[in-house]
Amino acid sequence: MAITPSRPAIEVAGLRKSFGDQVVLDGIDLEVAEGTIFALLGPNGAGKTTTVHILTTLIGADAGEARVAGHDVAGDPDAVRAAIGVTGQLTAVDNLLTGEENLRLMTDLRHLDRAEGRRRAAELLSQFDLAEAARKPAGTYSGGMRRRLDLAMGLVGDPRIIFLDEPTTGLDPRSRRTMWQIIRDLVAGGVTIFLTTQYLEEADELADRIALLDHGRLVAEGTPDELKRRIPGGHIRLQFAYPDGLESAAHNLGDAVRDDEALTLQVPSDGSVKSLRALLDRLDSESVEVDGLSIHTPDLDDVFLTLTGQPANDEEKEPAR
Amino acid sequence: MSTLSYAVADSATMLRRQVRHMLRYASMTLTLIGMPIVFLLLFVYVFGGTLGAGLGGPDGGRAEYLEFVMPGVLLMAVAAGAIGTAIAVNMDMTEGIIARFRTMAIFRPSVLTGHVLGSMVQTMLSLVVVTAVAMLIGFRSDAGPVEWAATAGLLAMFTFALTWLCVACGLMAKNAEAASNLPQPLVFLPFLGSGFVPTDSMPTGLRWFAEYQPFTPVIDTVRGLLLGTAIGNNGVIALAWCVAITLVGYLWSRRLYNRDPIR
Repeated sequence: MAITPSRPAIEVAGLRKSFGDQVVLDGIDLEVAEGTIFALLGPNGAGKTTTVHILTTLIGADAGEARVAGHDVAGDPDAVRAAIGVTGQLTAVDNLLTGEENLRLMTDLRHLDRAEGRRRAAELLSQFDLAEAARKPAGTYSGGMRRRLDLAMGLVGDPRIIFLDEPTTGLDPRSRRTMWQIIRDLVAGGVTIFLTTQYLEEADELADRIALLDHGRLVAEGTPDELKRRIPGGHIRLQFAYPDGLESAAHNLGDAVRDDEALTLQVPSDGSVKSLRALLDRLDSESVEVDGLSIHTPDLDDVFLTLTGQPANDEEKEPAR
Repeated sequence: MSTLSYAVADSATMLRRQVRHMLRYASMTLTLIGMPIVFLLLFVYVFGGTLGAGLGGPDGGRAEYLEFVMPGVLLMAVAAGAIGTAIAVNMDMTEGIIARFRTMAIFRPSVLTGHVLGSMVQTMLSLVVVTAVAMLIGFRSDAGPVEWAATAGLLAMFTFALTWLCVACGLMAKNAEAASNLPQPLVFLPFLGSGFVPTDSMPTGLRWFAEYQPFTPVIDTVRGLLLGTAIGNNGVIALAWCVAITLVGYLWSRRLYNRDPIR
């Protein structure tokens, strides 16, 4: 089932989709190389989930072409389905069945024989730290456990391409770290991952390439470093008690942005300890009295502000789907 | 594996899922079995004396009415089971796992065939229990093994037909409440047919409806098989109804299921 390296795992051209008169996808083009993690980053309502729904054959597109694992999603959906694993935003587990029964349901539907199915289910249960809860109904699981079970179910049948729709939304920081490690391990095993997320940090941590989706259009695409170079860097915000402190600091630190009313100064910085120490040393040597200090690292809002000219989350939310 | 063996294997897998659901959500199964029994006892012990006298048979009374009403109650159990399917299908469609099934390379209608087969198991069980209770309170039949087998076969076919129709209702309904209301008339059809009183006793318009609706030929055939009354061409008409309702129900369900789930 090897795909030749020259052929991308996912190719999308001119994808469009509307629900009624609401345009959700307005011409998307993207390409995901085999064996990489691709992150589709955007706020609620940008069209991330709709993109996943189309690529996983759940719904049809209005226009455009999409090929997954070399197969046309509209023309040969079953070939696409045989190559993919999906973990949705709404966890797709059967709440009345136990964790083990959920996995056996998947091994049966992937037509593994009984012994192989039992072996694979046990393997996934222990890999995802669910062995103890294997005989409890999935409805009683915690959020993190359900996500892990959901992901484990998507892995039955060893899919070559895995779609993860906001895999960590709503998870606590620890479960999120666990999920990230699981995703890294998967890619180490050679699969391709198509990930959607609202968190820049998550895309930065995991993805080889990131595409920024806003109002159904891709507004930027590149490696995390390429994108971050386009974002105004982070800054250190200095708070002063008196105007003359601000005055002398502004005089010493040339490229800072000053706010005379708030008595603050924003100094561009990458947020590293080294640059912070350099800044403080410099202020010290000039004997500038600083009242307070905060470090601001770039986040999704900065990205959107820069690339779209408006904040990320002020638009109407995508209807629950 | 061929497409056909995939279809069988995936449907069997979904049937296992359905049976587990029924075992874990047993209150629904018990309600569906209990309802026809309550009606059986109600009609035999409360109305049976009077209605039985109206049948004009040689013995009259409660015992004769029990014989008369038994096929109608069986059909009521079939209808109740089918309505249960509509609710179960509707509730299932709101679960995230259905989206997962849609993105897997499986026999696509298997989610639905699983529901239908599970519902068949449930309804057949319910029919056995209803028959046992009827016998306990004095129902006797001269039917031999062939007649009993034919009765079971016809009831199974009719259950299959109504269940597919109700799967479509469950898929069409926007919520569980609507899914339960939409097929509700099915429970009343045995009343508006030959189930509880002879159609001759009804006013003309109603009698016309009663004689031409699908439950009447099925009830009359079951009555003929179990009690030796004349079947005539009712058997053929009953089978024709079964095939027709199954086809409509299946094609309608398949069409509804193949729509984009998000529109």
